[in-house]
Amino acid sequence: MMEALFQALTLSGGYNARVVALGCAAFGLAAGALGCFVLLRGRALIADAAAHATLPGLCLAFILAAGMGWNPRSLPLLMGGAAATAALGVLAAGALARGGRLRDDAAMALVISIGFGIGVALLSVVQSLPVGGQAGLSSFILGQAAGMSAADAWLIFWLALAALAAVAVLFRPLAVLCFDADFAAAAGLPVRWLDLALLGLMLAVTVAGLRAVGLILVVALMVVPAATARLSTERLSVMVPLAGLLGAFAAWMGAGLSAAAPSLPTGATIALVACALFLLALLFAPARGVVAFALRQRRLRQEAAMEARSA
Amino acid sequence: MTLFLQLDFAALSAAVLACLACGLLGNLLLLTRQSLLGDAISHSVLPGLVMGFIVTGTRATLPMVLGAMAAAVLAALLISLIRRLARLEAGAAMGVVFSGMFALGLVLIEVSGARSVDLDVDCVLYGQLEALIWPAATGLSSLWDPVALADMPQETRTLAGVLALTLAGLALLWKELRLAAFDPDFAASIGFAPRGLSLVVLVLVSVACVAAFWAVGSILVIAALVAPAAIARLLTDDYRRQFLLSAAAAVLMGAGGYGAAILVPWLLGLGHGLNAAGMMAVVAGLLLALAWAFGPYGRVRRVSVA
Amino acid sequence: MSIAPPALEVRNLSVAYREAPVLRGVNWRAPASGLTAIVGPNGAGKSTLLKAALGLVPRLAGEVRFFGQELRQARRRIGYLPQRASVDWDFPATALQVAAMGRYPRVGWFLPLPRAERERARAALAEVGMADFAGRQIGQLSGGQQQRVFLARALALEADLYLMDEPFAGVDAATERAIIDVLHRLGREGRAVIAVHHDLATAPQYFQHVCLLNGGVVAAGPMETTFTAENLSRTYGGRLSLLDEAALRPAAAPPAGRPLRAVP
Repeated sequence: MMEALFQALTLSGGYNARVVALGCAAFGLAAGALGCFVLLRGRALIADAAAHATLPGLCLAFILAAGMGWNPRSLPLLMGGAAATAALGVLAAGALARGGRLRDDAAMALVISIGFGIGVALLSVVQSLPVGGQAGLSSFILGQAAGMSAADAWLIFWLALAALAAVAVLFRPLAVLCFDADFAAAAGLPVRWLDLALLGLMLAVTVAGLRAVGLILVVALMVVPAATARLSTERLSVMVPLAGLLGAFAAWMGAGLSAAAPSLPTGATIALVACALFLLALLFAPARGVVAFALRQRRLRQEAAMEARSA
Repeated sequence: MTLFLQLDFAALSAAVLACLACGLLGNLLLLTRQSLLGDAISHSVLPGLVMGFIVTGTRATLPMVLGAMAAAVLAALLISLIRRLARLEAGAAMGVVFSGMFALGLVLIEVSGARSVDLDVDCVLYGQLEALIWPAATGLSSLWDPVALADMPQETRTLAGVLALTLAGLALLWKELRLAAFDPDFAASIGFAPRGLSLVVLVLVSVACVAAFWAVGSILVIAALVAPAAIARLLTDDYRRQFLLSAAAAVLMGAGGYGAAILVPWLLGLGHGLNAAGMMAVVAGLLLALAWAFGPYGRVRRVSVA
Repeated sequence: MSIAPPALEVRNLSVAYREAPVLRGVNWRAPASGLTAIVGPNGAGKSTLLKAALGLVPRLAGEVRFFGQELRQARRRIGYLPQRASVDWDFPATALQVAAMGRYPRVGWFLPLPRAERERARAALAEVGMADFAGRQIGQLSGGQQQRVFLARALALEADLYLMDEPFAGVDAATERAIIDVLHRLGREGRAVIAVHHDLATAPQYFQHVCLLNGGVVAAGPMETTFTAENLSRTYGGRLSLLDEAALRPAAAPPAGRPLRAVP
């Protein structure tokens, strides 16, 4: 196993393994970088809701392909279906919360669970179809880097790179938007369009991650590296690249681990690596870590006690 | 009839009991704007549940509930720690904690070999309602035959116990829970410890999550927790009716979903039954859409008298 | 000097939310009866003082006594009126159900509310002019009506000391009048009221005592001798607009039509 892990991590495991590792790392990079904006704009849960709402789309695309006689395992087709229902899920969450009676959090929880549930029901329809390849569909739930083809990996790679390029181009306006939306509007920035662009990028990255990380944990790669970077720095120009690197490292390491031990679900492994990095930062980050916080609390207590004595 | 009792009754009652227990408790989460806590708990109890399973090697309820509750409390602590230290909004803090815990649970299942026994990833995702059967049933009289009832699947019996516990808790703490949900500061000022009460809610929700987990899986537990309460919230403005309507929605969701999973493929001529847990979410989605479209508090923003 | 112990005594109280302390070594003895205003700029720790006294926020250091007793022993004699904005008014409850929460300490845990207690809650609603709205959903009430429901709930406690967090915030003139009538009646009955108050113009009219607060107590005592321009400018650090010394010197109400307010 150690040898297999070494092979996977050093990209010496053959062309296919190399491309898969590359695709995963590119996805991690894009997810981490974009995640900073998703996090700062308070959209973390929308990303999760959208990810869970991809399952019905995946199944519908599969059923459509089976009915039309197309290849039901075609990744672009499945991604298209996933993106469509994810967008519907986001719209549904907005509609539910608009009446004012249900709050955003309840709307998100509803879309997450009902979206996933509809997908599960459709998945059982898919199982009964008289075509092959159904088993591959359930790997979108928890992710499976092991069986990925080079063509799929390249698709993920380019999609992630495109999202990354868009993040780079939109860096300044997105930064202003996340810092202060009112100011952005006053400064003449098209806030609505920027929010839509952020949402679109989020959907693109989510869909790109489905094959490797799976829909349940894809949000982890957006939120966790960004949160880790936020613990470590106050500056967005440092936070975004740092989160990207952390995401890429987690995706590459996690994919390598699960390639070496195929019983480990790839998505869970990647998420765990990202969370381990987060825990380290939570404990030891210079200003915001647990240790620094405890020291500061103690100092405040001592000061209060000293003042009480002198009073 | 006997066939129905043997093959479907245990699963159908498990579905209804799970939806009822979760749906009633979900009101307390929804009214305190903590719907996502249900989300967080149902994800984060997984590692505790698996640990309880690994340690005892059986599906005995108590160790799994203890493990799950420990995990839920740990998750709650981590979420508040992260919110304070990293100054992350609640949603992001929950996203970090519950994805991490869920991932840990999945990896634990794989590395522990629990999957070879009878806890596997499929069960986590979809539940295993279909596996619940009651071979001891011989007819309607079995319903009040203690010997036959004792032979009901353990999951169903546990859910019945959890529902009884939930109802007892709600009845006993009816006014206290309402007070703490509406105004925790005032509750604390008159000595009705809101922290203790929210801990009671947390414990009840964790227990219900673990018990319902076998029936519907860990993600659809969220639907059972949130959907009935949300449907009722779109229909009424009265505290007591909120609970009654959510109970009705929960029963419809559980029984309707289970029934639809059998009837729809039969009507459409599909070769093979649909996933019952998934169909429960479909029914919940339909009810929610109806309540949203036609309920008094659904689409329209109410005009305030003030 | 009265022999009765102070309604609220705070010694060396310090509270910090995150990093910066909000209250630093507060020492204050509130009078045993009568109406006292806590006045100070935004962020001075006025609400925090009430919450820390009631144990709702953790304190770094310090001691609190109510009528010379620990909070635990005195709890039944204390009534708290939180800020109206601190709760979700969309919550499914009626005005009567909210007012009845003030009777819960008499009922105790687990038991349902007896009919007699419900009638006491209804009477409390009547005291604030809300008898006709008992069955109304709280979400359908106006801001002033909601504040009256909160006041009714506090009255239902039948406390000897009331801690009120901005009872006049965002209410209409009729409600302000109704609240002040209730406060004056409480004062006449020998009860103590301590209220966070924002409006410098009405403070001397409504209250007999004042505690000027900004992180610590700047000055405290009877309104006439304490509510002076000098003390106020020490409290607000010169951030007063329309600071009219002539109006303040007699410690009476400022001339009509010239509201005196702190710049936020």
